[in-house]
Amino acid sequence: MTTAFVSRRRRPGEAVIKALLFLCGALSIATTIGIVFVLGREAWLFFGSSEVGFADFFGSTRWQPQTRDFGIWALVLGTVITSVIAMIVAIPLGLASAIYLSEYASERIRGVFKPVLEVLAGIPTVVYGYFALTFMTPLLRSLLGVDTVEIFNDASAGIVVGILVTPLISSLAEDALHAVPASLREAAYGLGATKLEVATRIVVPAALSGIAAAVVVAVSRAVGETMVVAIAAGASPKNFRLGEDSLFGYLLNPFVAGETMTGHIARISGGDLSYNSIDYNSIFAIGLTLFVITLLLNVISRRIVERFREVYE
Amino acid sequence: MSLSARERSTIDLDRYSDYLNGRQRRARISHAIFLAILVVAVAALATLLYTVINDSFGLTAVVNETDPEVVIEEAGYDPATVTFTDLSRVQLVDVLAGGITRNVGRRLEREQRFFEDRLVFEGPAEWDAICAAEEPPTGCNAPARDRGSIIALVEERLVQPTVVATYDLVPSLLEREAIVAEIAANHPDARVEFRSWLSAGFVTKPQSANPQVAGVRTALLGSLWVIGVTIVFSVPVGIGAAIYLEEFAPRNRISRFIQTNINNLAGVPSIIYGMLGLAVLVRGLGPIMSGDSGSGRTVLAAGLTLGLLILPIIIIASQEAIRAVPNSLRQAGLALGATRWQTVRSHILPAAFPGVMTGTILAVARAVGETAPLIVVGASTFITTDPTSIFSKFTALPIQIYQWTSRPQDEFRNIAAAAILVLLVLLLTLNGAAVILRNRYSRKA
Repeated sequence: MTTAFVSRRRRPGEAVIKALLFLCGALSIATTIGIVFVLGREAWLFFGSSEVGFADFFGSTRWQPQTRDFGIWALVLGTVITSVIAMIVAIPLGLASAIYLSEYASERIRGVFKPVLEVLAGIPTVVYGYFALTFMTPLLRSLLGVDTVEIFNDASAGIVVGILVTPLISSLAEDALHAVPASLREAAYGLGATKLEVATRIVVPAALSGIAAAVVVAVSRAVGETMVVAIAAGASPKNFRLGEDSLFGYLLNPFVAGETMTGHIARISGGDLSYNSIDYNSIFAIGLTLFVITLLLNVISRRIVERFREVYE
Repeated sequence: MSLSARERSTIDLDRYSDYLNGRQRRARISHAIFLAILVVAVAALATLLYTVINDSFGLTAVVNETDPEVVIEEAGYDPATVTFTDLSRVQLVDVLAGGITRNVGRRLEREQRFFEDRLVFEGPAEWDAICAAEEPPTGCNAPARDRGSIIALVEERLVQPTVVATYDLVPSLLEREAIVAEIAANHPDARVEFRSWLSAGFVTKPQSANPQVAGVRTALLGSLWVIGVTIVFSVPVGIGAAIYLEEFAPRNRISRFIQTNINNLAGVPSIIYGMLGLAVLVRGLGPIMSGDSGSGRTVLAAGLTLGLLILPIIIIASQEAIRAVPNSLRQAGLALGATRWQTVRSHILPAAFPGVMTGTILAVARAVGETAPLIVVGASTFITTDPTSIFSKFTALPIQIYQWTSRPQDEFRNIAAAAILVLLVLLLTLNGAAVILRNRYSRKA
């Protein structure tokens, strides 16, 4: 009588491959650590230098490296203005497109419009920047007057960033609408609801968490967008003094130049930049602020989905 | 006075039917509004393309410092039968040398030589001394200029064409007479020509400070080199990470952490990756990135930076493709005694391949158009020599577009538009490849 012994053979090759694949995955953690370390270290040097301090960075509203004024709020103001304008454009455009594509469109219409939105999403941002400067700015200037609208302004950049993030909102929101079970719609139609009522009172509320998450992701994308604002929003930070500058004439006026955080980083690092200078360190402090803002927005977006998602059987 | 039951119900019915009609009217109107808004989004795309094309072609008024015929005649050839393109390399260099000062010639030669085997403006001993310097000029190592770029130099330096006015495509077609009259009035000695800024010459000529003769060859080659590095680095690593997470990773805290981390990285603005590249690759590992003691602002540093940027996108797309492979395939492989890696290599990867490739190509297309990280990493602002290795300085197509767009003169706007068309054609090719793969994939499934 013979007995076959089946034993587990050691396979060193298998272990090596597994280790290599693990390293590939771990590289993403190294990237994150790298980002946090680099931004943190240079920002630390920046805050630690004798010329600036924490209080200066978060307390001042003027960003003028020549006079050693490093107040982040001047740059944040530019970012907020362009992002708000972008959202005013992108939320209605993106949501209406998503609702139409998901609830109204026939297969043929979807087949035409969806690829167009995908193409819109695939165009490089520098092309949108070109579009802002050579089309949107002249358009605004001819509509509202050359005296009202400066050549470089936040409104033009903001509108174009809005167009840029529209496909993002539309595609994420459409996914959320699509995930709402057909039985809910059928029940509403069965009760005699019109298409509008089904869309706005049944489907949209049911998909609200996904839609909210889409909007938050789009805000994060707009805040981090660089090329459009670098080209069209101008190269001077919007320095202001609270209470002294007129609120709508200058402070919140989108038709004047107002450099954003990303635009400033691009401009400073595009020139001749020497290491160990205060300018070099300062862009890392801005970068850290930007990183924290976008990370928070992305985490919030994921939380919204996890916490408020309606689960249907 | 009270209504009978019958009368009451008629009134209710009227009100009810008004109410119904109102609801339906609102539904119809909103339908139209939704459609109109979608059309606005699509119109944005149309307007964008219109703007780019409108600026890429059109009438120009050009004034030559010296007409090409005069240059040829002064060089001793017959302008009636000979143009620049008929001359040989040696003849062209002679024409050029006859028209520029020795200093300009020496500068050009240091930038890039005219012949592999001999020097035109510099003595051999001086040249050796120049090349022995700490940071030798690009001419010491770069291959000699080709005929096309010498012709471009002759045009730029001797003919010196200047664009005095440019017009967009649509007015050029619709109001040609008015424009010709306007040019005749303002610039009597200008030559009016219809110009396609996007041309074969535009793609093959190197960068130049004169928009009239500038091309995108340097930038296009720079983009291709950078993307080459990006692909070599990020595709294997990205697919490897996806395989690990889907097939090997134990369901524990570390795996979950890696996954969350990848999702977060996908949302980090691209300019932050540029700062990572600047601080770690360019500044920290500068000597490695340049292959010697250079500045580190090289093709290699840029390619790796873009690689890190698209890594999360490739991983997420590949994971989805691998997850879509039916479990029966895994079970069959393992049941036959194959190891995990054998199952992955010979069954799962082939099945997931089209999906993985589609996601990867789209990620690479994203990298091709990225501008902000390259600015931060330090693409050269003005460079006319083609990159020759991963240690070369470089510029890239999107960088070129950014710089030309930022110039106030009209003719720079025209070449920026033409460069955008080149970039869009490049991206269209990549996206087309992805669509073809996706279609083949969905037919199989």
